[in-house]
Amino acid sequence: MYFESFNDFLAMGGYGFFVWLAFGITYLLLIVLIGGSIYQQRQFKQQLKATIAREQRVKQYQEQQV
Amino acid sequence: MVTGVFLQRELRLLARQKADWLNPILFFIIVLSLFPLGIGPEPNMLRIIAPGIVWIAALLSVLLAAERLFKDDYRNGVIEQLVAGRHSLLAFVLAKIVANWLSTGLPLLFISPVVALLLGLEQAALGAMALTLLLGTPLLSLLSVLGSSLTMAADKGGILLALLILPLYIPLLIFASSAIEAASMGLGYQGQLAILLAMLLLALALVPMAVTSALRINVS
Amino acid sequence: MFKWLDPYAKSETLYHFCGKLLPFLMVTALVLLLLGNIWGIAFTPADYQQGDSYRIIHIHVPAAILSMGAYAAMASAAFVALVWQIKVAHWAVLAIAPIGAVYTAIALITGMAWGKPMWGAWWVWDARLTSQLILLFLYFGVMALDGAFSDRKVGAKVSSLLALVGVINLPIIHFSVEWWNTLHQGASITKFRPAIDPSMLWPLLISILAFAVLLMALTCLRLRTAILENEQHRPWVRKLVGG
Repeated sequence: MYFESFNDFLAMGGYGFFVWLAFGITYLLLIVLIGGSIYQQRQFKQQLKATIAREQRVKQYQEQQV
Repeated sequence: MVTGVFLQRELRLLARQKADWLNPILFFIIVLSLFPLGIGPEPNMLRIIAPGIVWIAALLSVLLAAERLFKDDYRNGVIEQLVAGRHSLLAFVLAKIVANWLSTGLPLLFISPVVALLLGLEQAALGAMALTLLLGTPLLSLLSVLGSSLTMAADKGGILLALLILPLYIPLLIFASSAIEAASMGLGYQGQLAILLAMLLLALALVPMAVTSALRINVS
Repeated sequence: MFKWLDPYAKSETLYHFCGKLLPFLMVTALVLLLLGNIWGIAFTPADYQQGDSYRIIHIHVPAAILSMGAYAAMASAAFVALVWQIKVAHWAVLAIAPIGAVYTAIALITGMAWGKPMWGAWWVWDARLTSQLILLFLYFGVMALDGAFSDRKVGAKVSSLLALVGVINLPIIHFSVEWWNTLHQGASITKFRPAIDPSMLWPLLISILAFAVLLMALTCLRLRTAILENEQHRPWVRKLVGG
């Protein structure tokens, strides 16, 4: 560990605000990107599943009618 | 030969729809007259920023003309016919580029001395401005034809077109205004002109191909 | 020569291939990222000129390098897509574009946070900053163009074409801006002999690798979504999702 205490680590030799700002925004953006991509896929799968289920119900109903 | 026929057709269309090429020119003049109103009529300040604002106004007015370049031909099926006919598409694209330059680039060249007078540019800078416009406006036409062909079938063309081609205009803007600036300081500006010419030739070689493939994609 | 690559042009094979790679790539990327960044931020000595503010390098440089790497990858995909008419390559272009845009944004924002204490201003109109900003506009252009067409197939093809046009323009923009105005420090690690101490270099290299692997992982993830969306009427997708 290069820093002597945790407070030193947070202060970053007086540049704490800028360093943590940069890291914070980077991780925020990366999390949003990863999370958004996963969410998008899950959302689409659910949507498609619902569509397929509905089509099958319609099909069953039509068969019953006949 | 085929290019000549297409060019005649384009020019005839332009002669009928005067707004298509008159509006960008009026726009150019109005934008330029807004700058002194917004910044203040200080002659020294105007002289310094003149190269930049002349070029920015030129970019915007060419952009304004670019939006409708292919729209009508696309709607009434001309482009579909040409793509189906195959061999004449490149000639059509070349005619479009030339007609676009004749209707937007060339008038800018003629107005620029008047504009320079309004903004108080010096003699040396005036020559440089005319030369950069001579080399730069064909490049503007090439790029705007490219952008227009990409967004031809898009539902919301206008702002999208600006988003696509303004970044591509940036090198041109940098070298053109640096040439005018060098000239107004009494330095040589052949270097910048040579680069402008190089960019123009490169674009002339590559853009028509890209435009033809963009047209093919858009109608398929 | 490309015979072994051929099966991967088929969307189903590619979907499963990406699915197999994805967990491995994602875990590797996150482990490397945390390793490189924690090492860089807590265990390396401070720079003798810039103090602790230089630690931003551990995200700034990887993001900047990979923002251009992502463009190269996107343009290669566009080239493959347009020359060999392979539709999964079109989807790859659209999958990479948002990742590249985020990387570019990270490079710009961290650069601003680094520039404020070092240069005294959040933003200066310097060559590198400007060309990076234009790179961001190019990514936005590709993404916006894709969304503008009611026919998604046309949108995908046109965006690929734009990505390819951009790759010719990128060096022109880069060098024009370079000659225009420069304040940014030169590259620290691409020189023949690194101008940076090994103790600082290692975490940086690990972070660069982490961003590269993360790019691949995210591309796999997003490409899978794109394949599902575009092939939703195919039997194999229906079986996979519905069954």
